[in-house]
Amino acid sequence: MDLNNFLVISAILFSIGLYGALTKKHLVVIFMCIELMFNAVNLALVGFSKYQNLTLVNLNGHIFVIFIIAVAAAEIALGLAIVMSIYKNRDTIFVTDIDSLKK
Amino acid sequence: MDQLLWTIFFSPFISFVILFFIFKPFFGKMVRLSSFISIFAIGLSTLLSILILLDLSINQKVITFKPNEFLSVGNLNFGISLILDELTVVMLVVVTSISLLVQIFSIGYMSGDKGYIRYFAFLSLFTTAMLGLVLASNIIQLFIFWELVGLSSYLLIGFWHHKPSAVAAAKKAFIITRIGDFGLLLAILYLFVQKSEFASNSLNPIMIQDIIIAAKEGYLSDFVITIFALGIFTGAIGKSAQFPLHTWLPDAMEGPTPVSALIHAATMVAAGVFLVARFFPVFEASLIAMNTLIVVGGITALFAASIALAMNDIKKVLAYSTISQLGYMMLALGVGGLSAAIFHLFTHAFFKALLFLGAGSISHSTGTFDMNKMGGLRKIMPWTYITFIIGSLSLLGIFPLSGFWSKDEILSASWSSSGIIANIGFYLAFITVFITSFYMFRAIFLTFHGEFQGDISKGDLHESPKVMIIPLCILSVASIFIGFIVNPIISIAFIPSHWFSDFIGHTSGKAHVNIFTNWFVYGATLISFLAILLAYLIYISKNSLFIKVFDKFRFARQILINKYYFDYIYEEVIVKKIFLNGIAKGLNWFDTNIVDRVFGFIGWLSLNIGILLRQMQNGQLQTYGGILSLGIILIMIFFIFF
Repeated sequence: MDLNNFLVISAILFSIGLYGALTKKHLVVIFMCIELMFNAVNLALVGFSKYQNLTLVNLNGHIFVIFIIAVAAAEIALGLAIVMSIYKNRDTIFVTDIDSLKK
Repeated sequence: MDQLLWTIFFSPFISFVILFFIFKPFFGKMVRLSSFISIFAIGLSTLLSILILLDLSINQKVITFKPNEFLSVGNLNFGISLILDELTVVMLVVVTSISLLVQIFSIGYMSGDKGYIRYFAFLSLFTTAMLGLVLASNIIQLFIFWELVGLSSYLLIGFWHHKPSAVAAAKKAFIITRIGDFGLLLAILYLFVQKSEFASNSLNPIMIQDIIIAAKEGYLSDFVITIFALGIFTGAIGKSAQFPLHTWLPDAMEGPTPVSALIHAATMVAAGVFLVARFFPVFEASLIAMNTLIVVGGITALFAASIALAMNDIKKVLAYSTISQLGYMMLALGVGGLSAAIFHLFTHAFFKALLFLGAGSISHSTGTFDMNKMGGLRKIMPWTYITFIIGSLSLLGIFPLSGFWSKDEILSASWSSSGIIANIGFYLAFITVFITSFYMFRAIFLTFHGEFQGDISKGDLHESPKVMIIPLCILSVASIFIGFIVNPIISIAFIPSHWFSDFIGHTSGKAHVNIFTNWFVYGATLISFLAILLAYLIYISKNSLFIKVFDKFRFARQILINKYYFDYIYEEVIVKKIFLNGIAKGLNWFDTNIVDRVFGFIGWLSLNIGILLRQMQNGQLQTYGGILSLGIILIMIFFIFF
């Protein structure tokens, strides 16, 4: 197992997430894709942290990841609340329909 | 001395400010006081001008004062300063004294007019501008006041702005003189182009003194001198109403008559002559320019005088007479008679102002300027009659009135000058003497002799009030004596002989010529009397033989009444055909077909590019995100592979 394996997995996950975030219409699915991208990044960070050439134990990457997980959880709570209220107001959660700024 | 000159300049200016910005809006009822302020201011200037003239005649010297810095662009310094030389001081005296008398006359003439205060304010403004013009020491300052003079002329011609004809005349005067001013401006700009020639001789191209030095010392090439001189002369043609830009002056008679006396007879129209005289060494350095002066001056003198023969409006007769006399002055300058020209300017200012004020006095009584509605006024208006006769005789150049001395100086100068063009100029001037005498006495006979022809009853006619008669009398005295006094042929008392000629002409130009040895002195007087006799036979005794001959010239008369169709040519041919239908139409075509098309295409292009680009701005965040990602990927590829 070397660093490249981690990074390849991470890149694949990130690409899938990005693709989904850019193409899906459903807001909740987009959220899920964004989570996928977060986790791709987390995986890369953990990998970097693990394969650092240092004698001392270094937990910088791990701490970073824990922070990101916490922030992402908070963001999802907020985001889903917004999705709920949009659905209540507009009866739709397809992003293509939410374009009132354009009009 | 500096303060004294500034006082002369500022005194009417302050009067203008007080009248226009304080009296007109706030004390509209105090009309008498306002005219007194104006007259006091101009009186002060007159007094100081005469003092300076006396001072300068004792210690002859030219003074240029240190410039007060005004504007500095690059290495070009434009300072405001005054110049005091013989020419300036003579103009100062003419301008201030005629202004003073005209303003006094105006108290009577304008009394009861609604715009009384405005009138005096504008007169003060005009005097200020004129003084600024003659005192200017650099050409930019000169040009500024040159335009200001034109502006105040415009304001005063259109003084009765409720009359459409006055408004039209004011516009015409402004636009036509503007054509000349453009030439002057080009001449000034042309000098700037020649800046290096000046700089290499450590001269400044905007200082008049330096231009004169450059012309005298031959620092400039002949070509440059000629172009500059012709540009200056174009300005003079416009302002002095010379052929072919003369058409505005007769129309300018729409203004109040004292204005005509001051601006369109004595001072402003003489500004053109002054301008040429100011740059006289420049003209002297160029033969072409001098010959142009002779040709234009000579043609104008004869041509304007001939139109005056057929005019029925007394002011128009005087207007054409003024144009003709200005032509004389230009002619005199062209043959090198600087002092003769300025001398004629000096005497002409007095007798022509007198004639105009006389015409004003007549119309004050009869209410018209049409000579066919006058007649027999000599018994009713004796003072006006006598002064008018004096003015006319002076204009004719009858010995020993002022006009005689100056007119014969001009004839002598052109006679003694060599060259075929100068000779032609002399004969043009000589023939003009005859015509001048005829039209002036035609005017006198129609106005003052015979029976009254007007519409109003004879009992309403009256002699003008004293305040109008007194300036007429002062001007008459000046018209009789001033020519002999300032330029006597023998020394009298403390005045040396030929004082004026020496005073003006010592810097350049020809010296005086002995006056009684030439045949044409007697010849001119003789033909003057012949012309008067002819006018008498036709208009007073109505001799049938002469009238029959006179009627034969009906076709010529028709041409003269139509002023050689110049107005027609200008308005119908040049303005309507060439400008409106030719140039304006062509430009319109260019505008619609080329300019509009180009811009239409640019508009079409951006519209369509916009339609294309608008597809990207679809408001979908995901599209933007996709483009963003694409960009990042491209950047990554760039960094990885290159």
